[in-house]
Amino acid sequence: MSEWWTYRLSNFLLFSPRTYYRLFELYNAAIWPAQAAAALAGIAVLYCLLRPSRGRGRIAAVILAASWTWVAVAFLAKRYATINFAAVQFAWGFGIEAALLVWTGVIRAAFGAPKPRGARAGGAGLWICAFGIALHPFLGPLLGREWRGIEIFGVAPDPTAIATLGAVLSAAGRARWHLLVIPILWCGISGATLLAMKDSRCWILFAAAVIALFAAFRKRSTPSPRRAG
Amino acid sequence: MRGIDRRELILSLAAAGAAAAARPLSAAPARASILEKPVQSSGEKLPLVGLGSWITFNVGDDPAARDSCAEVMRAFFQEGGRLIDSSPMYGSSQEVIGYGLARLNHPAQLFSADKVWTSSGGAAQIEESRKRWGVARFDLLEVHNLLSWEEHLPKLFEMKAAGRLRYVGITTSEGRRHDEMEKVLRGKPLDFVQLTYNVLDREAESRLLPLARDRGAAVICNRPFRRGELIQKFDKKPLPPFAAEIGCSGWPQLLLKFIVSHPAVACAIPATSRADHVRENLGASYGRLPDEAMRRRIVEYVEKL
Repeated sequence: MSEWWTYRLSNFLLFSPRTYYRLFELYNAAIWPAQAAAALAGIAVLYCLLRPSRGRGRIAAVILAASWTWVAVAFLAKRYATINFAAVQFAWGFGIEAALLVWTGVIRAAFGAPKPRGARAGGAGLWICAFGIALHPFLGPLLGREWRGIEIFGVAPDPTAIATLGAVLSAAGRARWHLLVIPILWCGISGATLLAMKDSRCWILFAAAVIALFAAFRKRSTPSPRRAG
Repeated sequence: MRGIDRRELILSLAAAGAAAAARPLSAAPARASILEKPVQSSGEKLPLVGLGSWITFNVGDDPAARDSCAEVMRAFFQEGGRLIDSSPMYGSSQEVIGYGLARLNHPAQLFSADKVWTSSGGAAQIEESRKRWGVARFDLLEVHNLLSWEEHLPKLFEMKAAGRLRYVGITTSEGRRHDEMEKVLRGKPLDFVQLTYNVLDREAESRLLPLARDRGAAVICNRPFRRGELIQKFDKKPLPPFAAEIGCSGWPQLLLKFIVSHPAVACAIPATSRADHVRENLGASYGRLPDEAMRRRIVEYVEKL
């Protein structure tokens, strides 16, 4: 890109805020009642993380992987790609995250191990996950967006990424960076998009990414269960 | 209401015989003559205001928004507009233009202006763009942001020679790559150049606009309102008193008349998603244009705001 310093964030915005919000309204209308199932799935994820066991860890990972796969196909590739040609690449990224969640959370069952005492990052992770599932969807309507365009965990990318950051951080043991990279990148990309549209929810995404990074770095210094014992 | 006021204004200007050389367009209502300027390389005349599609026509599969865009195009043609500009870079805009053209039964006065925007393989992209528009051929194809112009321009000139294209051009925006644009403009027989020029972004005045005129290239001006920023900036401010002398009923018309009154400029291509705004924009294609002295007064006025 020539003269890259002359570009502003808004130069990369291909669509109007109105078009972006309408995208979610039409998407929600098309997939109903998948949102109800997604909301129940979100509650199930929170329950699994609050009462960790190897089996519940696998269930949480399956739900998260299914969510990333759904968002990749149903939203990014089929909907968002109609107004943003980069969305196809985003969909591949979401697909990779789903595969990584299956590998780490289902096959290797890394989400269900008992937590070490005083593992603060795990606590922060739970709060982040709960925010993504239970609170973030309501921010849009509270800021004046149409309820029909509500972005729900499991079917919309932003709350899915935030909740996944929290879920991964809540797992015991060392930080699993390979599961954090794509959600953090998405928070940056989507946050930048919202910032260009002057949508104040961008700061939530940036904050989620920064808090996740901070929490993950702190986890590095937290003794693993084996060493702690 | 703004549109009705402007129509009355246009009619009064027509009565005063204020319009410049013009030819009636088939879809334009019988009234004041629309102002046009010739494409230097052919003598074909184009109205001073075209229609851009950056952002505003990228509405995806939204049926209501597509219909709304079609109504914008209907208003554009009804007001005498001809040139519609798009690019493969503009998301679904090409498809939406094609949808609108089909709904309007492909108005004969359309002047289709699109771009090639790829590092290689321009022919396939051009064919894909043509299908999206649903036109037999493009009137104008430009190399978008000068991307791989060394590869694309020879092929575009071949298409023109073979009768599969009428005009060839290059584009840039927001003041970038002016040195390279100057180099291409000096070396190639371009029909059109597209660049950013508006009342606050006047960098092109010093070199590119005079050079384009000397080289016989018609200039299309993008970002006439800086993506709406200028309208927002000036909307609450009073119009200068002399705006009435050139028949401007609002800031959009004054800003557009400033642009298209430059001797080197063929047309400006404001984008909008509203039919009432497109009618207001086309109002700048009617009535008097500011002379050089008034152009200076416009700049002095807006720079003080």
